[in-house]
Amino acid sequence: MGTVVSFDVPGSAAGAVDDAVRWLHWVDETFSTFRADSAVSRLGRGEISLADCPPEVASVLAACAEVAELSDGYFSVRPAGPLDPSGYVKGWAIERAADMLTAAGSASHTVNGGGDVQCVGSHAGAPWRVGIADPLRAGQLACVVAGRDFAVATSGVAERGTHIVDPHTGRPPSGLLSVTVTGPHLALADAYATAAFAMGIARAQDWTEQLEGYEAFGIGVDGETWQTSGFRAHPG
Amino acid sequence: MRRVILAVIGTIAGLVALLSFKSHAPAAVTAATAGTGGAAAAAPAGSTPSAVPSGERAVDGNVANTVYGPVQVQVMVKDSKIVGVNVLEQPSSTSADLQIGQYAFPQLIKETVTAQSARVDAVSGASYTSAGYIQSLQSALDNGA
Repeated sequence: MGTVVSFDVPGSAAGAVDDAVRWLHWVDETFSTFRADSAVSRLGRGEISLADCPPEVASVLAACAEVAELSDGYFSVRPAGPLDPSGYVKGWAIERAADMLTAAGSASHTVNGGGDVQCVGSHAGAPWRVGIADPLRAGQLACVVAGRDFAVATSGVAERGTHIVDPHTGRPPSGLLSVTVTGPHLALADAYATAAFAMGIARAQDWTEQLEGYEAFGIGVDGETWQTSGFRAHPG
Repeated sequence: MRRVILAVIGTIAGLVALLSFKSHAPAAVTAATAGTGGAAAAAPAGSTPSAVPSGERAVDGNVANTVYGPVQVQVMVKDSKIVGVNVLEQPSSTSADLQIGQYAFPQLIKETVTAQSARVDAVSGASYTSAGYIQSLQSALDNGA
């Protein structure tokens, strides 16, 4: 996935991090579109069938199909032609890694994969705080969201490996520098952020407003910001 | 609780993107491995600066090999906070590399230290390109910063 994944875990759960890292490498081997020999790459070229793939591939593609329908096709597993479910896989893999740490006994941890963050529990009793990077000012935050058991995903123009295009036109969407989606599950937050970014600014605002359980914050090309009515930013 | 200082990572990564795009084609940005496993190997010995101020600890990152050459950073830690970053090794094969290093690394170090002041546990953003710089910093944090 070409991404650094960071874990913030209690020392008692450190052993589970090894399992989570192994899981992430497995996901990379299976789903990477940068690897010609991954199951997804081979499936996309028609060399193997879905039945030949690990069962996770079918469940991921089924979940992608649901988001594609919900977003009127702005989320697509073929955003630029070849099969590429990366817009869902990254968030899904990180969420599952966080679940593995929970299963291993950790009640509080975060997993951050290239800026897509799943927070579990709390930070020593206080809410986890996740800053949203300001794409116009390197190193600065546009705002901070805080909470327990929540996920934050951002899609934007500078995101590595995901040159997001509007699947309807094959071109980059206009008007947006980044869209951040918050909600309980990182898999969906990531896919929703990808879809909203592909929509462009006007449609993204309408679409994210009606999402159930998920909120959005966007930054436009001139630095203007917008947010859904349920989005709550906290003082940085 | 092992604290990995993610805000700093984001800052560095943003600058990594800047560095890479200025000197080389974007397509040449090196992809890091998924997971921390690759970046968290044993720290190399040595490279400690001659004078470490009292109360501070120096933690070396691993050498990260990029397409531009090897990169290694060292973080200075005091009371669980990063108070400084030293660049132990950086690409210097071309004059462009050197110019970029002279411009970007002081900027990078300033922003790394500044990022400590806002208490955030993680940063979500669209500029989290990974490369050798970030790998080395990550490994410094993993090595006990």
